[in-house]
Amino acid sequence: MAIREKLASIRHRLFGDSARSFGTLGLVLLVLLAAVPARDHFREWYGYQKGYLRLIRGRDDAVTLQRRLQPGVQQTWIPALNVVDRCSSCHVAMKETGLRGVGTEPYRPHPPIPHTLDQFGCVMCHRGQGVATSVEEAHSSTKAWEQPILPARYFESSCGQCHTDKLTGTPRLEAGRTMLARYGCVHCHSLTLPDGSRLTPTDDPPSLAHVGDKTTREWIFAWIKNPQAYSGTATMPNFQLSDADARDISAFVVAQATPLTPTPAPSGAAAAAEGDALQAGTSLYGESFCASCHAVQNAAGLLVGGDVGPELTRIGTKAKPEWIRQWVRNPKAYDPGTMMPHYRFDEKQLSLIQGFLESKTDSDFMANVHLDPATAQQIAHGKLLVTEMGCATCHEINGLRKPEDFAPDLTLVGSRPLAKIVFLPGMQRSLPAYIEAKIKQPRSFGSALKMPQFTIATSQVDSLVTALLAQTDRASTLPATLHVAGHPQSNYQPAGTAGRLMQDLNCFSCHSINGRGGDMAPDLSWEGTAVQRDWLLKFFKNPNTLRPALIRRMPRFNLTDQETSTLTDYILAAYQTPAFERDSVHPDSDSAAIEEGRQLFYSKYACQACHIVDPKKDKGYIGPTLTEVGSRLNAAWIFQWLKAPQALRPGTLEPDWKMSDSEAQSLTAFLMAQKGSHK
Amino acid sequence: MRAPSSLILATLIALSFSCARRTSEPVVAKPPAAVPAAIVLVSGDKQVSTIGTPLDQPVVVQVNNSQGAPVAGATVRFRGANGTVFQPASGVAGSDGQFTFSVALGSLAGRYQIAASTTGAGGKTIEVRIPELALGFEENKGRELSDAYCVRCHDPESTALRVSNHDNLVAKSHSFDDGAFLNKVSDADLLAIISHGGPGIGKSAEMPPYEHTLSKSDIAALVAYIRAVADPPYQSGEAVYAQR
Repeated sequence: MAIREKLASIRHRLFGDSARSFGTLGLVLLVLLAAVPARDHFREWYGYQKGYLRLIRGRDDAVTLQRRLQPGVQQTWIPALNVVDRCSSCHVAMKETGLRGVGTEPYRPHPPIPHTLDQFGCVMCHRGQGVATSVEEAHSSTKAWEQPILPARYFESSCGQCHTDKLTGTPRLEAGRTMLARYGCVHCHSLTLPDGSRLTPTDDPPSLAHVGDKTTREWIFAWIKNPQAYSGTATMPNFQLSDADARDISAFVVAQATPLTPTPAPSGAAAAAEGDALQAGTSLYGESFCASCHAVQNAAGLLVGGDVGPELTRIGTKAKPEWIRQWVRNPKAYDPGTMMPHYRFDEKQLSLIQGFLESKTDSDFMANVHLDPATAQQIAHGKLLVTEMGCATCHEINGLRKPEDFAPDLTLVGSRPLAKIVFLPGMQRSLPAYIEAKIKQPRSFGSALKMPQFTIATSQVDSLVTALLAQTDRASTLPATLHVAGHPQSNYQPAGTAGRLMQDLNCFSCHSINGRGGDMAPDLSWEGTAVQRDWLLKFFKNPNTLRPALIRRMPRFNLTDQETSTLTDYILAAYQTPAFERDSVHPDSDSAAIEEGRQLFYSKYACQACHIVDPKKDKGYIGPTLTEVGSRLNAAWIFQWLKAPQALRPGTLEPDWKMSDSEAQSLTAFLMAQKGSHK
Repeated sequence: MRAPSSLILATLIALSFSCARRTSEPVVAKPPAAVPAAIVLVSGDKQVSTIGTPLDQPVVVQVNNSQGAPVAGATVRFRGANGTVFQPASGVAGSDGQFTFSVALGSLAGRYQIAASTTGAGGKTIEVRIPELALGFEENKGRELSDAYCVRCHDPESTALRVSNHDNLVAKSHSFDDGAFLNKVSDADLLAIISHGGPGIGKSAEMPPYEHTLSKSDIAALVAYIRAVADPPYQSGEAVYAQR
């Protein structure tokens, strides 16, 4: 009763007459109006902006910094990229380079990057929810928003959304893309890079069409059970096969193989070489620079050699003696697409190399493999397994076609919605964690899954995840002008007899010419302008290295005189730069000009820091030896090279000196006078 | 939520581990000196990595008693700033008193100080602080350029794939982490010597000019890298990320 009376009296006091109600309503309105701006005082960004003012208080530049601070919620809107960011509402000092020393977030200035911050905004590279104005919503994944901030270890993936060219400063992105092509990923999965080009495999899994010539069923059994037990560097993954499945697959693989040629009569008891013959074989292996591509474990268990071709530590256990001989005799006969050059070894050399390779055995590898003769049932089951597991995506197999789209397309894997992902119990609910787990332990997502187990280091997994996270929806819908495309390999083909010879020698495995080929050895696109005929002829006969410090070197191919001159003439005629004529520079041969060049070489430019002209006193060995450069290169090439080396060979280490014409003339005169001792 | 629960889990595992150890080992009266008195670094400090990525080498610490002899079975814990991840997050030192763990530094570029600690006599925490370095984009780019253009003369060590040219030079080049020398060189002088070569600041012509070979931002990246790896650090006031 009393309460009701009290309420009535309050009502009367507030709304008793029109003046009172007007006054009260006015007050309520005022409070409401004040509450709207006051509410901001409780926002997170308001606290951070206050914190910033506290941080800069007392600094010499505090006034300037405070003037540049924009209070309130800040927004960057880039319609073309579909970017809306409010990150700078809290990260207020991103452009204040004067605050470099500050170590607390959110007040650190953005570290230097090749783009301006307004060009792309924040979420393009960092992901996260740009429109959010609270820390939790902006950084983490919520029910309504799946894109948390990208962990720092995968930052480089963001560069890959626009860049498919080779970048400096993004080693993991580069490594990841290289691995996708090299470790067989794109045999099964298809992947279109953001620039629209399709990633193509760069490995060359062997054809199994004639595998019976090469090895035994026992070896195949042991190999497919655990490829890395045979060679730690093998890229073939482990399919975690049961003994029975491995038995049936090996039975089928051997059964489908056809002999390449009528089996040659075994050449006596082809025993592994011993003593002097083994010594000579080892030497020949070394002299032929087989180690440029192939690795062998040394006594200490360390791998010595390149990773272009397979490791040869246990090759004698794998390959049949007669096959080794035929392969080294002419690899193209067995595998027309091989990168291995056709060394023209004579019978004696073949025996030495064969003996050396046969001595590379490991009795443990197949010690426990005992297979009974295959039954028709086993072979049929093997064929079924081989078909199901998609072996033919990588290997050529008689009677099986290469399956199309064998595994899911990975073009947009970097934006896969979390709602469509089945996470394992205990797994972090994030896309990078999912991709990482799929690569590391694919079968943990289900034992029936086909993806095999790869043997790769943690850093390699990080690289792969980085490359895959670049495959975003955003990347595929960016304006075309933003894409920086890579340089795909050309399909350049040299012509005629020389062209066939170059194919046979596989020059392109190491050298690049007109946009096609490897990067192990110098680009030869303009070699015809660079070198002299006599030198090139001699070089083919005995390719002494120009660079004593290099480990990989050009092998000697035992070319005939005819072959040598065919190659030389073709290179001189076909590989000319359009920029200048080969004989456009005639160096002064008088001693004054040479002396001036000598002064420039030793004093002003200190070329001896990297090159050797006089072996008695010069020591530098970064660049090629120049003791006989006057017999090797043409004067015009030296002259132009001194003026702008990168114009002749992009990416060369020789610094661009922007040398004047007269200095380049003098140095050319000096260098052309270096004819070597035997001229 | 995650961090505490995993901590509890790790502690439980550590506890059960140490219990198991105690029961399975033959009963040897532990000398009273087997109380941790110090934790020391064995290897793995001063590594240069990229933000967020694991260091190349694991970090190894050792727990010692007051006589400097290793103490087995002590629990070792780790702390780091900015999201540094330790694998494992804590554990028990082996019979040699050592504990090996891998570290991924946090997401901000700069110098880190991670801490490994154990509990000594009277429940006192003893720890060792281990300096590590995380490079950001610019410093990483500098490192890549340095590997291509600089190290063969500036790094006196040869590797299996790279023969050092250092000893062939008359003017001895400075290794990039030689902070004692390089910290005294101003940014302007570093830019000048890389851009214009040794003669640019009155030094040997054996150092060539790179102004026409590398871009301005490339050269700035090289300077940033040199400053980042300086030992001792370039600026004493530089931020060091350590969790208190």
